[in-house]
Amino acid sequence: MSYDFSRLHRFHGGLVLEEHKRESSETPIETLPLPDLLTLPLQQHIGEPATPMVRVGETVAKGQRLARPEGYVSVPIHAPTSGKIVAIGDFPVPHPSGLKAPCIVLEPDGEDRWCEPENPIEDYTALDPSALRNRIRDAGIVGLGGAGFPSFIKMNPATGRPIDLLVVNGAECEPWITCDDRLMRERAEAVVGGIHILLHALSAAQCAIAIEDNKPEAIAAMRRAVASVGDDRMQVVEIPTLYPSGGEKQLIYVLTGREVPSQGLPADIGIVCHNPGTIAAIHDAVVHHRPLISRIVTVTGDGVKRPANVEALIGTPMVDLIEHCGGYTPGADRLIMGGPMMGYALPEDDLPVIKTTNCLLVATRRTLPLPPPPRPCIRCGECERVCPARLLPQQLYWYAHARDFDRIQDYHLFDCIECGCCAHVCPSHIPLVQYYRYAKTEIWEIERERRKAEQARQRHEARLARLEREKREREERLKKKRKAVRTDGDRRKAEIAAALERARRKKAGGEAQGAATTPKAQGDD
Amino acid sequence: MQFHTFSSPHVHNGNSVPAVMRDVLLAVSPGAALMVYFFGWGVFFNLLISSVTAVAAEALVVKLRGREVGPVLADHSALVTAVLLALALPPLVPWWVPFLGALFAIVLAKHLYGGLGYNPFNPAMVGFVMLLIAFPKQMTLWTPPAGLDQQRLDFTETAACIFTHRLPEGLDYDAVTLATPLDKVKTDLGTGRTLREILTAPTFGTLAGVGWEWANLAYLLGGLWLIHRRRIAWQIPAGMLGSLFLVSLVFYGYDSDNYASPLFHLLSGAAMLGAFFIATDPVTAATTPRGRLWYGAGIGLIVYVIRTWGGYPDGVAFGVLLMNMAAPTLDHYTQPRVYGARR
Repeated sequence: MSYDFSRLHRFHGGLVLEEHKRESSETPIETLPLPDLLTLPLQQHIGEPATPMVRVGETVAKGQRLARPEGYVSVPIHAPTSGKIVAIGDFPVPHPSGLKAPCIVLEPDGEDRWCEPENPIEDYTALDPSALRNRIRDAGIVGLGGAGFPSFIKMNPATGRPIDLLVVNGAECEPWITCDDRLMRERAEAVVGGIHILLHALSAAQCAIAIEDNKPEAIAAMRRAVASVGDDRMQVVEIPTLYPSGGEKQLIYVLTGREVPSQGLPADIGIVCHNPGTIAAIHDAVVHHRPLISRIVTVTGDGVKRPANVEALIGTPMVDLIEHCGGYTPGADRLIMGGPMMGYALPEDDLPVIKTTNCLLVATRRTLPLPPPPRPCIRCGECERVCPARLLPQQLYWYAHARDFDRIQDYHLFDCIECGCCAHVCPSHIPLVQYYRYAKTEIWEIERERRKAEQARQRHEARLARLEREKREREERLKKKRKAVRTDGDRRKAEIAAALERARRKKAGGEAQGAATTPKAQGDD
Repeated sequence: MQFHTFSSPHVHNGNSVPAVMRDVLLAVSPGAALMVYFFGWGVFFNLLISSVTAVAAEALVVKLRGREVGPVLADHSALVTAVLLALALPPLVPWWVPFLGALFAIVLAKHLYGGLGYNPFNPAMVGFVMLLIAFPKQMTLWTPPAGLDQQRLDFTETAACIFTHRLPEGLDYDAVTLATPLDKVKTDLGTGRTLREILTAPTFGTLAGVGWEWANLAYLLGGLWLIHRRRIAWQIPAGMLGSLFLVSLVFYGYDSDNYASPLFHLLSGAAMLGAFFIATDPVTAATTPRGRLWYGAGIGLIVYVIRTWGGYPDGVAFGVLLMNMAAPTLDHYTQPRVYGARR
C-alpha cells in the first residue's frame, strides 16, 4: 500500500488551544553542567523494571550498562556519566502516585569517561533487522514522546503484516512543549539518519514526517535535511494545528484517513509511529554507539524565569534544570511533567529527569488557575463534540460515577486516550479523565481478582481430583491385597486338606510311601 | 519546593454552567419582551411570580437536603425553568397558578429526583402539564394581542385581576380574553368551516397569529444565537422544526382547507420557544448527535398530532415529556461509531 498525503483528513473533535510555544522555542538547546548526583529509576519505561547489574561502591564508565532488562517488555539502563554507584534503593520518582521506587544513584567523578563500545557496527545496512532491533534495545531506547514504550518492540510487529509506512510524529500538539521542535530544527540530520535506519529495519517503503503547521522552522529544517539526502521515500507533511493531532491514532487518521482498529496497534494496518526524539536517539545508538543517557527537556511556563530547552542527563534532579533556567518566579505553584493537557502534576522538584520527561511546565495560578468545585453534569454534550475518539464522555462519566463497570465497557471506555479534551470544555468542571482512569484501574483490578479466583478454583478442583484419585488408588491396592490374601488362604487350606488326606491315607495304608512335605509359606505375589 | 497536584488536564476553556444558563436567559429575553408587549403586563407578573417562587423553593429544598445553597442558586437553572414555565402561561391566570407551577416544577420535578442533572423530565413542562390538567379553565385566559385589544388592562388593573380576581368596572373575562390562533383554528375547524374562512379572522396576521408570529421569530433569533454560541445542540431544534415542517407540509399539500400551512405551525404557539429553549434542556434530552435529531423529530411529530387531532390547542409540553421518556432508549440505539470500531 502506498500513500500520497496530498489530501489530509480531519479527525472528530479536537481543540484549538493557546499554544505558548514561543516562550521556549526561540533559543537553541542548552547543555546542562554535570549534576552532583544522578538518580536512575529502574523503571523509566512501560513494562518490567530493569535489574541492577552493579554494586554499591563500584566505579562505572559513561555509557556502561547499570541494569539489564527483565523480561521482554523492558530495556536496560546506562550510566549517563562516569562515577561511583553510591546507593541502590527506593527513592522518590516522578510518578502520579508520589511513591518511591527502586533507583540506582550515581555520583559523577567529573571525568565523563566513556566505556568501550560493546560491539561497534561499521555498516548497519549490512545488519539484518533483528540485529538492529537488539542494538536499539541494548541502547535502552524507549518512546521519548512521553509514553516510554520500548522502541525495539515496535520494530518487531507481531502481526506478521509487512509495514508500509513509517510515521514520524513531529506534531508536538501539546501547548508549551517545544523539545521536538528544537530537535528537528537543530538536529534534522540525526532524525533523517534515524529514519534511514528504521526504514531498513522495518523494510518499509515510505516515511511521512508529520509536523503541525505552527512550526514552520522545523518543517523547513526537516525539508532541507530530507532534500540533502535525496531519499524520495521520505516526505515532510505539514498538518493543521489541532490538539490532539499528535495522538498516534489521530495522526494516522490525519495522514491516511485510516483508523487503527479498536484495541489494536498501528502495525495492524501496516503503520509504525515514532517520535523524532526517539528516532534521533536510534541514530545515535546505531551510528555513534551512544546509549540513551540524555534527553532534551523543555523547561517552560510563567513559573520559571527564563524558559528554554535543555539537554539533561537522565537522572538529573529537576530542580537543577529549573535553576539553570533562572529559578522560579514568585507565585509558581504547579510543576507539571509533560504538557498541560496530559502531563501530571508533581508534588516536589527533587525528582530525577527520566527518559519520558519531555517537559517541565512550571505555572502560576495566572496561567493554570485552581479548578473550581465541580457541578453536576448537565449532559450538554460538549465533551462528545470534542472527543477525538468519538466516544460519549458524558455517558462514560455517568457509568463511572455509578461504578457500573459493565456498561462503561459497552461505551468503549478502553478506547479513551485520556487526551483531556472533554474535561477541558466541561462547563461543570468535572475531572472527567480522572473518572475514566479510576474506572480503568477498577476494571483491571476486577479482572486480576477474577483471574486469581479462577486460578484458585482450578487449584482447588485439581486438589479435589488428586485426593479422589489417591483415595481410589489406595482402595484399589487394598482390594488387590485382600484378594491376594484370600487366594493365598484358599491355597493354604487346600494344602492343609491335602496333607491331612495324605496323613490319613498313610495311616490307612500302614506304611509310609514317601517323604511327607510340609506346606511352604508363600510370599506375596 | 512543594506544589499543588491535580489530575490532568490542567487547562480549561472557561466555560461554565452559570454562563450557559445566563446565555439562555439572555437569548430568551427579546421574545419575552415581545410577549409582554403583545399580551400585556400579565406576562410580566407570570415571570416575576414564577421566578421568585422557583428561586425560593430551590433555596428551601437545597437547605432541607443539607447542601450549600449559594453554589446551587448560582447556576441560575431554577431561573431558566421559571422563565420557560412563565412564558408558556396565559397572561391573566391568578397568581397561584405560576406559584403552584413553579413550586411543582422545582420541588417535585427537579429536586425529588436529585436536582440539576438528575431529573428525567423537563421541570418547566412537568409544572405546565400539571397546571393544564388541574386548572384547564384558568389555562385559557389568554389576552388579545396588542392592536386587537379594545380593553387593554394597565399595570394596576392587571395586578388587581391577577391577585384579587377583580376586573375594572363594566368588564368581564370575555371582554379581556381571546382564544389563541391555535385554539381558534382547532375549534372553528370543528364547526365545519374551512381554513380559508377561518384565517380571515382579525386574530391572524401576515405569517401566523398576530403577535405570536413576532414572538416566535424573536425566539428563533435568540435560538440561532445560542447555537452560534454553542450553548444548545443544533440537532434538537433542527429535528423538531424539520419534522413539524415536513408533516404539516404533507397534510397541507393534501388538503389545505383542513390542515394549516407549515409556516403557520412553525410560527404559532410554543413552536420556536419549544424548539430552541424547552426541548434543548440537555439534562432531559437525548445526548448523542443522532439521538438528538430523532428526539427533536419525535417532538415535532407529537406537536403536529396533538395540534391537529388531539384535545389541546398546542402539544409542545406533551411532546417534550413523551420524548423525555424515550431519550435513554434513543441514546442507546444511536451511539456514534467509536474510532477504530468496525464499520
